[in-house]
Amino acid sequence: MNNYDAIVIGAGHNGLTNAAYLAKAGLKVAVLERNPYIGGATVSRELHKGWYYSNCSYVCSLLRPEIARDLELPRHGLQVVPFGGGATFMRNGDHLGNYHDHDRHYREMARHSKRDANAYERYTADVTKQTRLIRPFLMRTPPDPTSMKPRDLSDLLDFAKAFLNMGEAGLADTIAFWTKSVGDYLGEYFETDVIKAHMAGSGIIGTALGVYSPGTAYVLLHHYMGDVDGNVGSWGFARGGMGAVADAIAKAFKSYGGEIICDADVDQIMVRGGKTTGVALRNGDEYLAPIVVSNLDPKRTFLDIMDAKDLPAAVVKKAENFKIRGSSGKLNIALDGLPIFNGLDAKNPMMAGDLHFSDSLERQERAYDDWKSETWSKDPYLDMMIPSLTDPTMAPPGKHMMSVFVQYAPLKIDGRDWTAEDKAGFEKTVIDQISTYSPNFKDLILHCETRTPQDIEAEVGLTEGNIFQGELTFDQLLFNRPFPGYAQYRGPVTGMYMCGSGTHPGGGVMAAPGANAAREILRDLNKPNTVPGGYADD
Amino acid sequence: MNLPSRATMLLETPFHSRVAERCEINDWGNWMGYTTPNAFFDVELEYFSIRSTTGVFDLSPMNKYRIQGPDAEAYLNRMATRNISKIGINRVGYTVWCNDAGMVMDDGTIFRLGESDYRLCSYQRAIDWLLWCAMGFDVTITDETEDLAALAVQGPTSCTSLTEMGLTDLNTLKPFGMRTYDFEGEKLMVSRTGFTGDLGYEVWVSPEKAETLWDQLFDAGKEYLIKPFGSYALDIARIETGFIQAGVDFVPAEEMVRPGRARSPFELGLSWLVDLEKPLFNGRTALLKEKANGSRYRFAILNVDGNKPAEHSFIMKGDRQIGTVTSAAWCPTAKSNIAFAQLEMPEGAIGSEYVAEIYYQRELHWTRLLAPCKVIDGPIFNPKRRRKTPAIPH
Repeated sequence: MNNYDAIVIGAGHNGLTNAAYLAKAGLKVAVLERNPYIGGATVSRELHKGWYYSNCSYVCSLLRPEIARDLELPRHGLQVVPFGGGATFMRNGDHLGNYHDHDRHYREMARHSKRDANAYERYTADVTKQTRLIRPFLMRTPPDPTSMKPRDLSDLLDFAKAFLNMGEAGLADTIAFWTKSVGDYLGEYFETDVIKAHMAGSGIIGTALGVYSPGTAYVLLHHYMGDVDGNVGSWGFARGGMGAVADAIAKAFKSYGGEIICDADVDQIMVRGGKTTGVALRNGDEYLAPIVVSNLDPKRTFLDIMDAKDLPAAVVKKAENFKIRGSSGKLNIALDGLPIFNGLDAKNPMMAGDLHFSDSLERQERAYDDWKSETWSKDPYLDMMIPSLTDPTMAPPGKHMMSVFVQYAPLKIDGRDWTAEDKAGFEKTVIDQISTYSPNFKDLILHCETRTPQDIEAEVGLTEGNIFQGELTFDQLLFNRPFPGYAQYRGPVTGMYMCGSGTHPGGGVMAAPGANAAREILRDLNKPNTVPGGYADD
Repeated sequence: MNLPSRATMLLETPFHSRVAERCEINDWGNWMGYTTPNAFFDVELEYFSIRSTTGVFDLSPMNKYRIQGPDAEAYLNRMATRNISKIGINRVGYTVWCNDAGMVMDDGTIFRLGESDYRLCSYQRAIDWLLWCAMGFDVTITDETEDLAALAVQGPTSCTSLTEMGLTDLNTLKPFGMRTYDFEGEKLMVSRTGFTGDLGYEVWVSPEKAETLWDQLFDAGKEYLIKPFGSYALDIARIETGFIQAGVDFVPAEEMVRPGRARSPFELGLSWLVDLEKPLFNGRTALLKEKANGSRYRFAILNVDGNKPAEHSFIMKGDRQIGTVTSAAWCPTAKSNIAFAQLEMPEGAIGSEYVAEIYYQRELHWTRLLAPCKVIDGPIFNPKRRRKTPAIPH
């Protein structure tokens, strides 16, 4: 029978993590997935024979090591390999390389500006202070600042202590980081266009804001607070693509007795007498459980699969107001060989990392202007990777797979849906930009999958195609994520919970929201906690 | 295909061809982005060249900044803690500089080349901070790190070796004095300075003349047992003579991440470098406050019983940990076991006795040693020849 202790809607990495911890605690858990495959936006699919496309998320750093270790993800097949490079190719034929080795990175920056290279020491220290402030709270439920419950008060005290420890200058820095634009923030340290532009990219990825919009400095920090093997800020590839992350969590879940049901398109969370009773699928099937957890974003959860009549009016309104604007597209490209950029040897270690072509903040800001005018950027900011340089399983030997994240692309073009011509134009814009720096690129293209925010929304279910399940601005973080009063993973209906990236600590393949939500559910059920605590930074 | 990644290789100093030739054991390290020898042939023997003959160290990677202009003196007085006005022309002064919180960013030497013409020689890279501090001053600041090659020529026969090379009457140069000589159609600058605590000089030439300088110097010093030494030998010498080092004995203040880990000049035993009479300099307000309220830590030189260097040791007072060691070495000339420690105030008064908790390993066997130690009054090695003018011949 379709009776469970808990049902999780959506087999994204957070839904699977949440389900795994509930199953680990002995609950009978089912994960319902609308698509015929699992992963949500943590997915890799063979869309061109022999090539695997991580066609949504494409790199890994934020995945909490506590969870990876606790759920034995390595044993279930997950290997995260750091990549040690990256570069911004410049219009003048030069480039700014990125090196994992601090001293080497200094020397590369010094090629462009000795002063900036020197300032990078101070910048690194200041950014590290901020990541150290946030990291201990990733695996914790945000305290409710208005609550008088002892647990909230004691957690608030921890927050306050962490802040006070920063000292006066550190506190001012924190406020700056959470409110400033990434352009202004970087301008306080650096004078060289390409150095600022290279770093600023992290502040706008997935965000419907420009490099000079307040709040983007935090988005940069969000990309710095992860780690690979303790190297904070480091990024890596999941061997086999990002789908390997979801697959490994799914295996862990199944090892605890969990069940994943694909092609199960949830129509509604059923509510009776102020309590959830289960879910009904579009095909009429019903799955019953006293606990229903939504891995969907807040808009889809409250406006789509819940009946407004079952909810407080304020929640419906907050869901409607929730900021989750689509701003990015993606090209996934099968290549016959390696492209050469600005004459740089494709075997250069820099090529294994994130590659960009925006060499000034102005170009990035102009790219945002296009988004505001409801069209795709004509000179977009690209975050391009060739994972097959690190991971031999992504493409046949000698061939390569390229993942091109494109900032910006709007949900609608001039207020209407994307047409086939729009999509072709978008694709051409991106390919043309890459070709400007790589003459042999076009001839190498064997297959290209192009995804607009509309495609991402339709396929993955993320509202407007927003990759973070809601923008990462201060008004939607910590105890305000997704909205005030509902930041502790509990929904407005008894037995209903949220576990997606729309909850604290937000987007990226982190798995922390899923785990944190499981801890709250188990607490409500008076079950022993199965979720590990966070590692402490020394 | 070009290899632009090579653009980020460690640099070679202007002496590299000669240094490489002499680096018999091929033991290299990274010093400030340059590939430099850890040791040339034998660390202990290299060390003794500093203390008993002439030792030569390539200090070209040291960061060198030229500060010129009408406001140069005022600028340096605002930047550094000591009174720069007291440094005469052709004189050199040691100083530290602080951030606004009164925490030490780095230490270094200021060479006064002319009326409004200075060169700052710093251990850490400093161009960003120097330019930051230059706002509002009529000064130009130039990074000369790559424009000057330098050798430290240190040890009892160093004066003789250099005189033999043609630096006539060098023995009359006073400590912290400097002088210019003609050298191969260019200028050679020599200062009576160093990081070894011995009689010694630093010789500065253009990179083009570096190899010639090396060749002539080693030829001239041949009979005075001149030898090159690497950074390991230098480390022993500087500990023996009480010199602290950025990144080892203190965290450069603006690179500090964990609150409270930086140190003030008072906490590093450098109060003599702080001139609170100056109306304004970076960190003054904080340092005045510290002077009134007391410091958190005290720098102590410890003479440790036994012969096991107290590297990374805890310093204990009974059961309580009151400090940690930042640098330690067995000092071969002083025949003493010396450690620099940061002790919690009010500990660390001269003559105080503590215990150093030393861990050392012999053939994979770890031993914990509780070695009594005592705070001493200044460096254990401080020979008369270091200051004597005219300098001794050998």
